[in-house]
Amino acid sequence: MAEPTMVGAGRSGQAAAHLILVLGAVVIAFPIWYVFVASTHSLQTILRPPLPMLPGSEGIANYSEALGGGINRIGGVSVGRLLWNTAFVATAIAVGKILISITSAYAIVFFRFPLRMVFFWLIFITLMLPVEVRILPTYKVMVDLGLIDTYAGLILPLIASATATLLFRQFFMTIPNELLEAARVDGAGPWRFFKDILLPLSATNIAALFVILFIYGWTQYLWPLLVTNSNSMNTIVIALRKMISFADADTPWHLVMVTCVLAILPPILVVVLMQRWFVKGLVETEK
Amino acid sequence: MATVTLQDIRKSYGPTEVIHGVSIDIADGEFVVLVGPSGCGKSTLLRMVAGLESVTSGTLRIGERVVNDLEPAERDIAMVFQNYALYPHMSVRNNLAYGLKNRGFARAEIDRRVAEAAAMLEIAPYLDRKPGQLSGGQRQRVAMGRALVREPAAFLFDEPLSNLDAKLRIQMRVEIRRLQRRVGTTSLYVTHDQIEALTLADRLVVLNGGVVEQIGTPEEVFDRPATIFVAGFIGTPPMNMVPVDWLRGKGELDAVPAAADVVGIRPDDLDLEAPPGSHLTLPATLELLEPAGAESHLYVRLDGLDQPATVRTQGRPALADGARLALHVRPEALHPFVKATGRRA
Repeated sequence: MAEPTMVGAGRSGQAAAHLILVLGAVVIAFPIWYVFVASTHSLQTILRPPLPMLPGSEGIANYSEALGGGINRIGGVSVGRLLWNTAFVATAIAVGKILISITSAYAIVFFRFPLRMVFFWLIFITLMLPVEVRILPTYKVMVDLGLIDTYAGLILPLIASATATLLFRQFFMTIPNELLEAARVDGAGPWRFFKDILLPLSATNIAALFVILFIYGWTQYLWPLLVTNSNSMNTIVIALRKMISFADADTPWHLVMVTCVLAILPPILVVVLMQRWFVKGLVETEK
Repeated sequence: MATVTLQDIRKSYGPTEVIHGVSIDIADGEFVVLVGPSGCGKSTLLRMVAGLESVTSGTLRIGERVVNDLEPAERDIAMVFQNYALYPHMSVRNNLAYGLKNRGFARAEIDRRVAEAAAMLEIAPYLDRKPGQLSGGQRQRVAMGRALVREPAAFLFDEPLSNLDAKLRIQMRVEIRRLQRRVGTTSLYVTHDQIEALTLADRLVVLNGGVVEQIGTPEEVFDRPATIFVAGFIGTPPMNMVPVDWLRGKGELDAVPAAADVVGIRPDDLDLEAPPGSHLTLPATLELLEPAGAESHLYVRLDGLDQPATVRTQGRPALADGARLALHVRPEALHPFVKATGRRA
């Protein structure tokens, strides 16, 4: 395929375009680099400006202290524990959201039952009620059920997803009716059709949604802040906030920086590992 | 293998009845084609036999069993869909095997049947490909293979050839016929294409507006259409309709019953040269000559009539537009109808 001709497609134009791109990348990457550099210096070095631009020699010590030792300001909980908490919660939220939304979309698209459209609109309307709006009643329910400081309390209120339900509904509606009929003639009941045909066809959509929802779960702030009191149940984002004191000298900046680096690694990993599926899920039209 | 019997089958959507009492007896091993214009209810009827649409009233039997209220999977039928409806994520092999797996067949039996069907349809080299990697004709074969492996009591075809190009359609038409002869399975086939209907069918069912117009062999339907609708629908170009009164004095009309007020004449039965023996002679003007390869179509205006008529003739007659013609027709080629009832007189 020929290169599309654009304004300034000449040599100088290309150079300018690249220059702007590189500048943009540097501007975006610089803070992350800065965080990484800071995570490899001792607290003293960080507190005595200017901060060096190159990684220092304290990296291994900092990372092993944070991951293994436990951090005093957050009750001696290790970053390893925080990573586990967050990974578990984010994965459970993503998987739970997908499970609930794919089954409810299946019901709405492929079954005829009384009040079907009422249920559809009920789900649709919850789009207008994000966590922040229903936070007080939800909190009360969690307290009554004794779910404060539990994984269930962190996960359950975030699992229902109107958006994912609508996405699956749209996808299911593009599946030709004949496919369903062929499966019926072939002796596949509702469960078999779901398992053998619908799930494999939705694989790329599920992968794309998983990436989006995992990051959504990973970056949750408000709800985990409310529903956890115990330091050992914190997610990494909450713990990060708790590590930072108003008094600069009280804050273990080197460990904060280590925690920052470790907090952004898993989402990046998920995106990189699932990128191929993710893109396929967003652009796929083959059916 | 089995007979399929439809007895006064009706279908309503709410208050609207779309199938008005259809009765058809399909013999064991017979190939019956449902043909009619779009919206005549032929696909609905087929889907009712398949169990994909409910039967409002009437009795539907496959073999000795009344199957009105059975699920499609319990009716022992296999269906070939217009858009093939292959499972896009499964290999051809798994597409064929899926229905057998669901029925709990043993691995060895599934493999045997898949291999046999694949050999019969010449799709063995593609067994491990996905449907997306196959051409239209190959997908059509896979769809037929999926029906074949089931060894069902009846095959149901829902316009299976309409997504193929003209050349492939003819080839697959011949193959479907050969295959059905070979396995001898009772078949019900829906099409709007009358050539497909005439070439495939042991018997034709012509449907119009949810009513059976005629049931008969292709020869019977073509040679003795029971209604004006059938006369116009079967045969290309369609039959010309001429009022009986206009024919009076143009030749012998003894063969036309007194009740008839309109007469159908096939374009092939109008000759440019007078045949030996008794015949009618119709004066006309040539409006357009359309060469079509080995034959030619003449669009003519019969003197004193409003609607145009068509003549089909072999070769390419040397005639200019506007030429005066004398068209000849033998009395036995006249199809008499009663306009009020639409039926043959």
